Amino acid sequence: MSQHHVVPLRIYFVIFTALLVLTAITVVVAFIDLGAMSDVVAMAIAFTKASLVVLYFMHVRYSSGLVALSVVGGIAFLAIFIFFTMSDYMTRTFFESFAL
Amino acid sequence: MSDAHAAVAHQHQFDSAEQQKDAATLGMWAFIAQEILFFGGLFVTYIVYRFTYPQAFHDGSHHLDITLGTINTAVLIGSSLTMALAVHAAQTSKKNNLVFFLVATLGLGSTFLGIKAIEYSHKFHEHHVPGLSFDGPPNMELFFSLYFAMTGLHAVHMIIGAAIIIVLIFQAQRGTYHSAYYTPVELFGLYWHFVDIIWIFLFPLLYLIGRH
Repeated sequence: MSQHHVVPLRIYFVIFTALLVLTAITVVVAFIDLGAMSDVVAMAIAFTKASLVVLYFMHVRYSSGLVALSVVGGIAFLAIFIFFTMSDYMTRTFFESFAL
Repeated sequence: MSDAHAAVAHQHQFDSAEQQKDAATLGMWAFIAQEILFFGGLFVTYIVYRFTYPQAFHDGSHHLDITLGTINTAVLIGSSLTMALAVHAAQTSKKNNLVFFLVATLGLGSTFLGIKAIEYSHKFHEHHVPGLSFDGPPNMELFFSLYFAMTGLHAVHMIIGAAIIIVLIFQAQRGTYHSAYYTPVELFGLYWHFVDIIWIFLFPLLYLIGRH
């Protein structure tokens, strides 16, 4: 099992720098008018940052498939939660505030 | 890697120390999967109410200090770096480095909480705390309910983390952790990185709405 894998220090600093750069980008992009894409871009950047933390800081890149499955599983259930909740709200035609 | 402790003891129900560590790691991930859904409830609430009252969220977000929020994001990412370096130090049996990086993580985490306290005090003075003579458009109170609930729950997780780090620091100082046994340090690292990830999502969702 690869939990004993010692990640080279250099990688930690590269990932750290990438995370700071992505943070700067997300702040800068927030001030640009992208219309409906603003949210998409912001979440895409956040998801990228989270992936870097999960893969390298949390060692999932160097861990077993079972650990990776746990991560994917947790996210999958959150996706189900969001999907079904939103499909309920967004198909309610009796609340004008909800645009479909 | 050189290993002065050849055979590490393990609990009787496991075949080896390695299997014990794998089981512990999987258990920690099961906890984190639960935490994803724990915070998930608030994130789904956010999604529903942001779609229902977009203007309230737009207004509310503008009352948050983007500078302090960005600084806090960098501080927390820095604490994740120091935590990863702490695990590395434990893996390579460098006791002094381990203690140093655990203390650094605690310092950065405390800095985050300090800045959060400053932000909260601003909200108190500006009457943006729901239920305490809230002053603003009625629906904006909903944004701030979510702001305090989400960042508050996050802060509680940080405080619990800080308490655990203090325990780890004392244990590390006593030489409990080395290359053949550092499981609590690694598992706590997973918890700390997870709390960082939650903030990575909270920051744009709360601070960066409609800033153009």
